[in-house]
Amino acid sequence: MATLTESRKQSLRRALEAIVGKSAVLSDREELMVYESDGLTLFRALADFVAFPTSTEQVSALVKLASQEGLPFVARGAGTGLSGGCLPSEGGLVIALSRMTRILEVDYDNHLAVVEPGLVNLHLSWAVGPRGFYYAPDPSSQQACTIGGNIANNSGGPHTLKYGVTTNHVLGLEVVLPDGEVVWLGAKTREPQGYDLTGIFVGSEGTFGIATKIVVRLLRKPQAVKTVLAVFDEINRASEAVSAIIARGLVPAALEMIDQVTIQAVEDAFGCGYPRDAAAALLIELDGLAAGMEAQAAGVVAACMEAGAREVRTAKDEAERQLLWKGRKSAFGSYGRVSPAYMVMDGVIPRTKLPYVLRRVNEIVAAHGLRVGNVFHAGDGNLHPNILYDPRRPGEEARVVQAGAEILKVCAEVGGSISGEHGIGLEKMDYMPFIFSPADLATMHRVKEAFNPRGLCNPGKIFPTKKSCVEVGPGYRPHPIEEKGLAQRF
Amino acid sequence: MAHASTLERLDSPHRLTMLEGVDEGVNKCIHCGLCLAYCPTYSELGTEMDSPRGRIYLIKSLAEGRIALTDSVVEHLSLCLDCRACETVCPSGVPYGQLIEAAKAEIERQRPGGPLRRLVRWVNLDLLLPRPRLLALAASALRFYQRSGLQQLVRATGLLRILPGTLSAWEALLPDLPPAHEREPLAEVIPADGARRARVGLLTGCVQAVVFGAHNRATVRVLTRNGAEVHVPRAQGCCGALHAHAGEHARAQELARRTIDAFEAASVEVVVVNTSGCGAHMKAYWHLLKDDPAYAERARALSLKVQDIAEFLAREPLRGPLAPVPMTATYHDPCHVVHGQKIRTQPRRLLSQIPGLTLVELNEADWCCGSAGLYNLTQPEMATRLQERKGRNILATGAEAVVTANPGCIIQIAQGLRAQGAAVKVLHLVEVLDAAYRRA
Repeated sequence: MATLTESRKQSLRRALEAIVGKSAVLSDREELMVYESDGLTLFRALADFVAFPTSTEQVSALVKLASQEGLPFVARGAGTGLSGGCLPSEGGLVIALSRMTRILEVDYDNHLAVVEPGLVNLHLSWAVGPRGFYYAPDPSSQQACTIGGNIANNSGGPHTLKYGVTTNHVLGLEVVLPDGEVVWLGAKTREPQGYDLTGIFVGSEGTFGIATKIVVRLLRKPQAVKTVLAVFDEINRASEAVSAIIARGLVPAALEMIDQVTIQAVEDAFGCGYPRDAAAALLIELDGLAAGMEAQAAGVVAACMEAGAREVRTAKDEAERQLLWKGRKSAFGSYGRVSPAYMVMDGVIPRTKLPYVLRRVNEIVAAHGLRVGNVFHAGDGNLHPNILYDPRRPGEEARVVQAGAEILKVCAEVGGSISGEHGIGLEKMDYMPFIFSPADLATMHRVKEAFNPRGLCNPGKIFPTKKSCVEVGPGYRPHPIEEKGLAQRF
Repeated sequence: MAHASTLERLDSPHRLTMLEGVDEGVNKCIHCGLCLAYCPTYSELGTEMDSPRGRIYLIKSLAEGRIALTDSVVEHLSLCLDCRACETVCPSGVPYGQLIEAAKAEIERQRPGGPLRRLVRWVNLDLLLPRPRLLALAASALRFYQRSGLQQLVRATGLLRILPGTLSAWEALLPDLPPAHEREPLAEVIPADGARRARVGLLTGCVQAVVFGAHNRATVRVLTRNGAEVHVPRAQGCCGALHAHAGEHARAQELARRTIDAFEAASVEVVVVNTSGCGAHMKAYWHLLKDDPAYAERARALSLKVQDIAEFLAREPLRGPLAPVPMTATYHDPCHVVHGQKIRTQPRRLLSQIPGLTLVELNEADWCCGSAGLYNLTQPEMATRLQERKGRNILATGAEAVVTANPGCIIQIAQGLRAQGAAVKVLHLVEVLDAAYRRA
């Protein structure tokens, strides 16, 4: 929603160029258009400018300028996000971090690295791999997504079942606050002093400021890895196998489910070795010490066979393992083989509700005359129903949005959540009342105001819009506990 | 926030003709962005207009009439190497090469450029490349330029500095031209050595035949040692790949028809190609001529016969005896072999059969070196950045030689290594194989 007058735009452009240089500012409509969406094409929003800083000082100067000028701003990494989180929803400035990609420091003795936010997630593991280390959070887009974007969304990935999500791997952050001030949250040690501000910042979807340096934990590569593919003729049996594996006390590093629609798309894309006629497959990975690995693998195989697997096989070498993972991690993109567009949902449910919720997902999508592919972190109960559609057909987009809302409602009803790892962004803000009361939302809003009082930093995200049942406007409103005299403002 | 359905469409005064067929291709892109980190120009610049996803979005917006072909759009599309690294990683199967070639053809149609640019293009694309005899004559003149002391004089006097940028880039990239006997045409039929495995046609190429005649001779020797009866049809010429990449659609089609005629007349089972761009392009003849009723079927048949030299040789173990070639070597994947034709393991398997040769992996082996057809002439700045990047990666391996399989890459990498003061040899795969046979 670019709305600046031409003369104001000219003078702002000159001011931006004074900070980052002439070749690091975009303001032509054709160029800005390329930045109007992220990985979710359902939403588009046009910025007035895109700027490409190369240092903390430049980010700080850009933010100060935006703050002085009352210009909304938002940080963007690779733009692979799936909730519209990095879109300039009110126009203004996109601060693209794609030129801040350095690894500033690697401390192998203390198992940590300091990186810039535009660094591609996988590139960190590539860099430290030769010394036997890796960075554990592995979103499926890790070959392209940035660590800064992972911070914003507190990204997960297949291996979060055992290793946790991004916040479990971030020790400290250098942050440019929404007024341009540069501060450090956390440190290089495991336990931060005072409040866990790093923990608050990670997952704040770019509304608390912009991380410019990130201290991450590095892990040693496991001594042994076993990757098992279990094939099922009924999706319910696959769901049962998930619970059966966990019930045996096993903690796989990853426990992923892929349904038939997805298997076929992935096989079209790369021929990864998933059987095309299977109703569902589980990709199960165990890692850790070599001792006891065989016994754990035998436990996984037995649990799958007892649940009614048609076939269970173990990847015979690293090449086969990589191929199976390539299929899993390329699944979203592979939907382009079977549909011109898709919208991925990110619901979380208790693991035991898998059979019921998967059935409901299929019913809801079918009722709207649409198709769905499922590929998800079954061990975590983090569902990813991907609704396939054609945006060129009139009315289809609206049906997708409606079906998505109904699916998330089911997730909330069984005691789950509307987002596991993709963030709320623009996409899910009106569904926040499914899981949060007005009091919850008001509390969250006060936290946001502490960091971002003027609301210029990534505005129009996370909180429900006025048309929904909760109204959260700018400015101060007393919290219910404050009204009751149980707390006071300071 | 502007929702998709609320965005206006520009009614473009000139709806794009060459882009009419791109709808299906651009709609395959679901905007996941997995291609970004594999694109050399995005990696260097960090700007999404210079990434595959961004360029597809520009092409889509052009085709929809949302934007016009402005200077900046032309610049971003022209900066694409057409290396097709994005196709290798694209889960969605976007035919990126087809899309960018359609876009480049549209740019040529709407913006042919000034008189000097048109003259240079005409001399190269229309006059020399389609005519082997004229090209040979030009090569003799160039060799005279290089050997008579004239080149040294020109370089010493600084005359180059007053030439337009692309012309001085041309001059710097000129490879040393071989003596006339290496440029003589090959025999039309060369019998197989030992049991015959196949009747094989060889594309001798346009520039290849002149500059790297030695590679063609080595290719023939290696092929015949491996049971190929090699046919070299005299009627063949330039395959038209450079024209297609440069947006000269009609000329590319004409040269494709001529190439098809030549190899059909030789009735070969396989057409072997030792230059990456030509092989990838000939495998796509079916697409180039799909609307030509007289040639559509014949183009499809020829495309199916085309094989890269490594692809053909690696189908069976190399026939012996092979003498040791003691050296440490690394392999650079030419874009249109690895991305255009998905040939990755074959050249490495062939090299590993040579006794005494130690193969070490090259970081970013499948990244473009900046040669990219005529790219190092049209976009010298980005080409040089990628050339230096490639050089640094090669030097980091410590190898004595870098082996590759395309003349453009050989010229570009060799020049880059020279500029970095490195003494690493740059060899075509067939030269290494030929050395092993000749020493045996």
